[in-house]
Amino acid sequence: MMFIDPHAHMISRVTDDYEAMAASGVVAVIEPAFWLGQPRTHVGTYIDYLSSILGFERFRAAQFGIRHYCTIGLNSKEANNEPLAEAVMDILPQFVLKEGVVAIGEIGYDEQTELEDRYFRLQLDLAKEVDLPVMIHTPHRDKKRGTTRSMDVCEEHGIDPSMVIVDHNNEETVREVLDRGYWAAFSIYPSTKMGNARMVDILLEYGGERIIVDSACDWGISDPLGVAKTAQLALEKGIPKEQVELVCYRNALNAYGQSGQMNESDWLDPPSIDQRTLFEGNSILRGGREPVIKNATNDDTNTDLLIE
Amino acid sequence: MNKAISTLLYSWIEAQATPAQLDWLQQRKALLTTAGTNRDLHISLGLIPRKMGRSDLILNQSQTDNAQSLADNWRATGWSIDMAARCWLLLEQAAIDPDGFGQLFQSLCRTADLNESITYYKATAVLPYSEALDWQIGEGLRSNMRAVFEAITHNNPYPYKHFEQNRWNHMVLKALFVESKLAPIIGLDERANAELAHTLCDYAHERWAASRTISPELWRCVGPFATDKLFDDLVRASCSEQVSQRAAAVLALQQSPDPRAPNILSKHPQMVQKIATNTLSWQALPD
Repeated sequence: MMFIDPHAHMISRVTDDYEAMAASGVVAVIEPAFWLGQPRTHVGTYIDYLSSILGFERFRAAQFGIRHYCTIGLNSKEANNEPLAEAVMDILPQFVLKEGVVAIGEIGYDEQTELEDRYFRLQLDLAKEVDLPVMIHTPHRDKKRGTTRSMDVCEEHGIDPSMVIVDHNNEETVREVLDRGYWAAFSIYPSTKMGNARMVDILLEYGGERIIVDSACDWGISDPLGVAKTAQLALEKGIPKEQVELVCYRNALNAYGQSGQMNESDWLDPPSIDQRTLFEGNSILRGGREPVIKNATNDDTNTDLLIE
Repeated sequence: MNKAISTLLYSWIEAQATPAQLDWLQQRKALLTTAGTNRDLHISLGLIPRKMGRSDLILNQSQTDNAQSLADNWRATGWSIDMAARCWLLLEQAAIDPDGFGQLFQSLCRTADLNESITYYKATAVLPYSEALDWQIGEGLRSNMRAVFEAITHNNPYPYKHFEQNRWNHMVLKALFVESKLAPIIGLDERANAELAHTLCDYAHERWAASRTISPELWRCVGPFATDKLFDDLVRASCSEQVSQRAAAVLALQQSPDPRAPNILSKHPQMVQKIATNTLSWQALPD
């Protein structure tokens, strides 16, 4: 089975992770622009960061036969640094039309401050102007109200829910997000976000329509195999294969494919120019291959399937 | 020269694009020529793959010959239509604002996505020289992305025309390090020099010490300077178990000024014969 991990901060991951992801069946990843743990204090570092996820990280992924896409945006945490935020807003238009940019994101609320609200709204307008989907980061704290508010504001700005992926959902937020017509993404991230056994329960209750599974792996304790492990657990629990394929592959492709920047042919039949320059030595035509869940440490006896 | 190159590039694009695509491209050019802002340029360049597609440029012999004669042996291989369109637009931009072009080139490279990087560095084959552009080339050479590095080093006359010796030598050395082929470097034989030959032999010794393989192409830049110790290195390579090493050593020995060379060559009559009939050359090394 082929997988897409539509939320993975690969810039923080090592090559073992890429290898393990490729072996598990991941054909494409989406790297949302976010903060780096340490706040940025200059627009220059922001420019270089965005250039990295558009350039070097794409190259790095290609070395492992994985297609790399990204989202561009000013995250909610750094939106609170007004001089930085203003400067970043000025440079964003230079980046949003780059190749492989599949959404404006991840944007939304952290502490739900006035500044966060201001830059969230400005970026929604930008997304509308350039006709790109939006990836919403829902807050860790006060999540339920923050999620509702994010959707209210999208609608105020005339954004169609089908163009919005609301990420980091949980049991408390999923119903409203789906009922209002949005894509509901879940980050299988240990301890703080979603576990994969809980995820399977959600699939049993809600089915697979408009639900998306991602790992949100980053510089914290997280698991780049979140999507593959969830797929395997779901299959073991009797979720039909078609539904697993929807939530671990197809829905992400359909949601972010609305950008026009992400097509199945990118990995099944890439342009010859890319095959010559980027995928040398890698066979990415591997739709029929059996995925293997392999820990990044190469310790095959320790393949913990559960992410809690 | 720019005008002729620009016309040539446009003719390649014209042969493969639809009328609607050409209209779009001409409209963008007209906009940039009359009232274009920096933002218009960024958007135009950004939209090119979406509007023009990314298919390979199919060029025939006379088209590539034209490129060679117009731009210092430029070999127009590995181009796609979006690359050609971006390059064409850059040439037009350089004509509009020649003084600001180097700075513009730097800023475009600074915020380039992966395919833009490859395209912009490939375009240096035909873009007007400036100090700013030359500085940016240094950034590209330092890239870890082999496709970006090769956009400068392969089939591009820029290094041959503009690199001072230290930069040239480090380009060749890095090419070997990153397992990039030397044959597509334009002017490789003409720019060979004694210092490079010594550096490469030092590198060969490092590889031998670590029991790692050596690219047979390394010896190409050693041959003309192979006397004394460097000659000994070629002899060592000529005794290798690998046929590619032996073949490369024999090719290099033919260039060696050392009086011992004919004696060593006489031990490899079959290879010498193959060289004479052109079935063995730097372009056709055995695996």
